[in-house]
Amino acid sequence: MRLGDKVLKVRSKNAGPFWITIDIFCGTPEAFAEVSGKLETQRVADLTGTPLQLVKRFDIADLRVVKLSIPRPVVQGSRDDRDMHGAALAVLIDEMSL
Amino acid sequence: MTTRVLVPSGVLGLGFDRAALSRGVAMKPDIIAIDGGSTDSGPWSLGAGQSKYSRAATKAEWRHLMQARAEAGVPLVIGTSGTCGADATVDWMYAITAELAAELGQKLTVARLYSQQPARRIVQALEEGRVTPLTPAPEIDADGLRAMANIVALGGVEQVQAALATGADIILCGRVTDTATIAALPLARGEAAGGAWHGAKIAECGALCSTNPTSGVILVDFDETGFTVEAMAETALCTPHSVSAHMLYENSDPFQLYEPGGYLDVRGAHYTALDARRVRVEGSEWVPGPYTVKLEGARAAGYQTTIMAVLRQQHYVTHAQEWADKLHAFLTAQITERMGLTPPDYTLEFRMIGVNGALGALENRQGQPAEVGVLGIVTAATQEIASEIGKLINPWVLHYPLTEDEELPTFAFPYSPATTDRGPLYEFALNHVMALEDPMSAFRLTVSEVG
Repeated sequence: MRLGDKVLKVRSKNAGPFWITIDIFCGTPEAFAEVSGKLETQRVADLTGTPLQLVKRFDIADLRVVKLSIPRPVVQGSRDDRDMHGAALAVLIDEMSL
Repeated sequence: MTTRVLVPSGVLGLGFDRAALSRGVAMKPDIIAIDGGSTDSGPWSLGAGQSKYSRAATKAEWRHLMQARAEAGVPLVIGTSGTCGADATVDWMYAITAELAAELGQKLTVARLYSQQPARRIVQALEEGRVTPLTPAPEIDADGLRAMANIVALGGVEQVQAALATGADIILCGRVTDTATIAALPLARGEAAGGAWHGAKIAECGALCSTNPTSGVILVDFDETGFTVEAMAETALCTPHSVSAHMLYENSDPFQLYEPGGYLDVRGAHYTALDARRVRVEGSEWVPGPYTVKLEGARAAGYQTTIMAVLRQQHYVTHAQEWADKLHAFLTAQITERMGLTPPDYTLEFRMIGVNGALGALENRQGQPAEVGVLGIVTAATQEIASEIGKLINPWVLHYPLTEDEELPTFAFPYSPATTDRGPLYEFALNHVMALEDPMSAFRLTVSEVG
């Protein structure tokens, strides 16, 4: 089952030109517990091509949100950037199996 | 004391609910503050020194805000005028303000806060060890700094307070942090520092912290122990969840927010519903630190010409990447033969729209699309060279066959000419902070009368 089928929404956005932040809105405490428990940070690192030690992770029970921030794979707006607002990256997390 | 700040929307140019604005004005705010910019749409605005929003939209919305200001009789402040907050966009905003003042019959004092930085100032700060890289930061040196199209420093509350102290009716800021225009007055009046910065962060995107993000208008009451936030549109509610969730937005760290002179720590914040519409927040903390301002810079990293062909025939759709790879190799040889250029004098890239256009190498899904858009991007040292390469490759992008023994194919070009000159490719070239002893030493204020 895809992660996206278990949660309300996965969103990614620029956090300034050099970072992208991914918010997984789990919705229920049960979904949060499952995502928080099963989602391996290493898999997010692999899917986004980020060294594990650069991934910042916040599991926020009050909001039922798992938040992951990574340095942008390419700096926003530079020649190799394909996604100016960093919004497409969320689908990699949405479509991963948990 | 309570300081009441009315925030009409997350950014000027995006629209707001006018009934909600009227309701906010009727609540007798002490100041009206709105953001005018962001780096979020990319480096072009800062590189070119131009607003990304249309002048017509900006003027139409600014007219409503100038009328609201006159009715409320309080200062109106815009942060990061004209998207990037360069000197040219502050003056662009000033010209709009002067036009409107004449049209509305308003006589006004207008303060302009300039944030643009001459390269020599940053070079000197670099030599003095006052420039520190953040993570990740591009390498910089004196020549690189001098080559930048525009450099701005992000002012904080101190610079906005200096502008407020002039007594101006309207304050047009260059680049400042998103929160500075909202937090400035509450902090000047001695409201709780943690609450001032936290409330400013919550309100800086307007009604995005409510259940109806597009309604725009937010009212924040700051006081000595925290802040209370309420959406002004009747259909919008601020709930503890909608408000606290906003700390996630465009922040790499949802608990700590760095600003000039310290950082906000919201780990101890608690959010309480006062009723169905309003949320009370207390417990956030401001942690003072060294006085630094963040720097943003954009430089031209070449000029671009693009071309797009759409492949629809299934044989080509199936073998689109193979076709593009063969075409690329062929064109590289042609460009060398006819123009004497080899990479890295220029780059030519084909992106497969419909295959992996958004994610590139990170894409992990495969399928058979109905068609594939092949976007060719040429980047070269000058527009003339990029444009010339675009014209040179044009016939082959239209007709290049996948195999040698087939009839000449023709692909779909969506327009004529097939090539588009994009002008300079700007890139962000600074992710650094600069230490200042006097916050105003890198900023300047101009006060004038209009109308």
